[in-house]
Amino acid sequence: MHQVEIATTQETLLDSPEMVLNMGPQHPSTHGVLRVVLRLDGETVIDLDCDIGYLHRGMEKIAENRMYTQIAPYWDRLDYIAAVSNGLVWVETVEQMMGLAVPPRAHYLRTILTELNRIASHLLWLATHALDIGAVTVLLWAMREREEILKIFERQFGARLTCHAWRVGGMPNDAYDDFNKDVRQFVNNFPKRLDEYETVLSENRIWLSRTVGIGVISAEDAIAIGLSGPALRGSGVPWDVRKSRPYAAYADMDFDVPLGENGDTYDRYLVRLEEMRQSRRIIDQALEKLPDGPVNAKLPKVVKPPPGDYYHSIEGPKGEIGCYIVSDGTAQPWRVRVRPPSFINLQALRQMCVGHLVADVVAIIGTLDIVLGEIDR
Amino acid sequence: MLLLGPINVLNDLLLKTGLSAETVNYFVWPLIQIGIVVTLVALWVAYATYLERKISAFMQARLGPMRVGPWGLLQPIADGLKLLTKEDFIPENADRWIFFFAPYIAVASAFIVFSVIPFGPDWAVIADVNIGLLLVLAVSSVGVLALILAGWSSNSKYALLGGLRSSAQMVSYEVAMGLSLIGALMFARTLSLSGIVGAQGSDSIWYIVYQPAGFLLFLISGIAENNRAPFDLPEAESELVAGFHTEYSGMRWSLFFMAEYAAMVVVSAVATTVYLGGWYFPFVYRLEASGHHNLYVIVSLLVFLVKASIILYVYFWLRWTLPRFRYDQLMDIGWKWLIPSALINIVLSGVAVFVVQALNYSGKVKTIEHLDRGLNMTAAGKGIVFGIGVIGLFATAVLLARINWRSRDFNLRVQRRNIKLVNLPKGKPAVQTES
Repeated sequence: MHQVEIATTQETLLDSPEMVLNMGPQHPSTHGVLRVVLRLDGETVIDLDCDIGYLHRGMEKIAENRMYTQIAPYWDRLDYIAAVSNGLVWVETVEQMMGLAVPPRAHYLRTILTELNRIASHLLWLATHALDIGAVTVLLWAMREREEILKIFERQFGARLTCHAWRVGGMPNDAYDDFNKDVRQFVNNFPKRLDEYETVLSENRIWLSRTVGIGVISAEDAIAIGLSGPALRGSGVPWDVRKSRPYAAYADMDFDVPLGENGDTYDRYLVRLEEMRQSRRIIDQALEKLPDGPVNAKLPKVVKPPPGDYYHSIEGPKGEIGCYIVSDGTAQPWRVRVRPPSFINLQALRQMCVGHLVADVVAIIGTLDIVLGEIDR
Repeated sequence: MLLLGPINVLNDLLLKTGLSAETVNYFVWPLIQIGIVVTLVALWVAYATYLERKISAFMQARLGPMRVGPWGLLQPIADGLKLLTKEDFIPENADRWIFFFAPYIAVASAFIVFSVIPFGPDWAVIADVNIGLLLVLAVSSVGVLALILAGWSSNSKYALLGGLRSSAQMVSYEVAMGLSLIGALMFARTLSLSGIVGAQGSDSIWYIVYQPAGFLLFLISGIAENNRAPFDLPEAESELVAGFHTEYSGMRWSLFFMAEYAAMVVVSAVATTVYLGGWYFPFVYRLEASGHHNLYVIVSLLVFLVKASIILYVYFWLRWTLPRFRYDQLMDIGWKWLIPSALINIVLSGVAVFVVQALNYSGKVKTIEHLDRGLNMTAAGKGIVFGIGVIGLFATAVLLARINWRSRDFNLRVQRRNIKLVNLPKGKPAVQTES
């Protein structure tokens, strides 16, 4: 960032064709408090750098001073759009360290609820991405569907956004009485609504011209940077943690992984839309097969994992979210490290943006689907 | 007859005060008209914002303003009051005077145009200038100056980029806008806006029938000229925060807002006048024939308002449906599509007029009735011109598609792909399940 600034502030604005533009931290479409320093020639981006840390709360350090069971609510605040997925990675990692086996019903409920959360997160992505490109109506349509999911969350967890959804060893309580009915209703209505969004955007000339060929990243580069989630699959790399190392009840589910070809914004858009359809399919199956039984495993009074380190990751809506925990055998972790998908996906921004126009930077930030809460932690 | 009363009474009263008939006719009445038009247009503009909010709300499955008054009908007034009482903030390093006056230029240029718009026959037009259309184009292009000045004087990079964008955009779309009107002028044979309406009235046809391509071109370039979505780049919220008016607040900001809506109303009014027959509507003239002159004027006025509102609705409709163009794509559309098609439209209109005249004067078919008020044609002539207009619309599209075939933004359908669905092999589960 400083290189970008120093290179141009030496000369006055009129002497040089270049201009440094500070996008953020207060800007309508940097999705939070991201600061992007752009070096522009006219409106073409020559260089850019990201400045992050405005939302740093020291989550990993806080975790060193909390009990294992106390940390889970903090994890909801990482990626607050997908609190359910984040919570899952923490409890599952601790369960693996403890060697705990979770009852199948808990696994199934986890699958249903994280997939609902994936849909909610993708809907918010669609809403903001479309808004960034100027299609305002899609924003409110997507919010309408997201509201249905949040209502289910509210009834199940008692909170809409940062729902402390899981406990180590299972769930705090069983599904509420009308859970099946509510989810079934959502599953039945959703495809129709998704088709509506597609009619507004997928074939729209302006949408195509704004997204096709914008922010291209090749499969090799995507792997080299370490992209994950839809950003990686948009480039055509077949990698999905739900398939390669199934967690929760994904081993029993039958679903496909959508893959793009060119790795541009339009491919990532299609991949995410298809992922929502596949999520719906997973929820449908899980609801069909939902077993009866307890939702909690037997747990010792104090969770004290044996000394050692463990890494476990799940496929969050933004990408592979992982958790690396080092335990020294006490009730508090010795060191915790999160593998944050948004943080790593953001590293591709410079490569994707250089040579494009300012308007494309906004579209590319949207297509990366970043959440600053998780980048800054 | 009832409606005739007050106006005549007022006229008599004015004459009794000792003013000469000329003063009353050329000074007092225009002032009254200006007062009425400015008030009503301001009201129209205010309620256009209300309508836009309501229409967008219905498109987006919500209610829109509902709290102030019944169905939120007093919302524009509440908004106006709020903006009046807000702080008028001027950034420290801004060019104070230019920053101060730019909004006034914007509003003035938008409102002056209403002086020549024929809202209806007789007293419903302030000034029937014989170069009315030229005046509309000239004055509305002053509006761009306000945006450049606002963008430049704010001393903000976002405002500067917005100002630059708007200047480039408005200058290039003005060309297409002016060119697209020429076709209609060939049939009207006058630049006076009342004359254009009269020509359509005496020919009992709307020029949209003769000039479908011209109407579309005018509407598109008008939307671009007004900086409205999908061409709202100068104020593209997601990129430039608010574009040229980023640093404005309070009343000065709302003046820009008013100017934008007034300019929309202007374009709708001009499109109505030139292409949709203005206040002319079939059978309304019977009121005049039966002696209800003022009723005739008022009904014509309503006809005009309804037509203009329909075009205004198209504005709202497009804004809440379409995504935004990118800057270079916008320029592409202006220079590679709109201007060439406007030129082709001129040629085709010329051909149509020539064919009609040639047929008429060769004596084979009677196509022209008379030339007193514009080009008035018989049914045969109308058919020929309509045919050439429709064929021209498709011919233009095909020709331009041919020319632009290689451009990246044209072949989008070819570039459109489907993603492939892969059923990846499942790995070993990472979690344990209680049996």
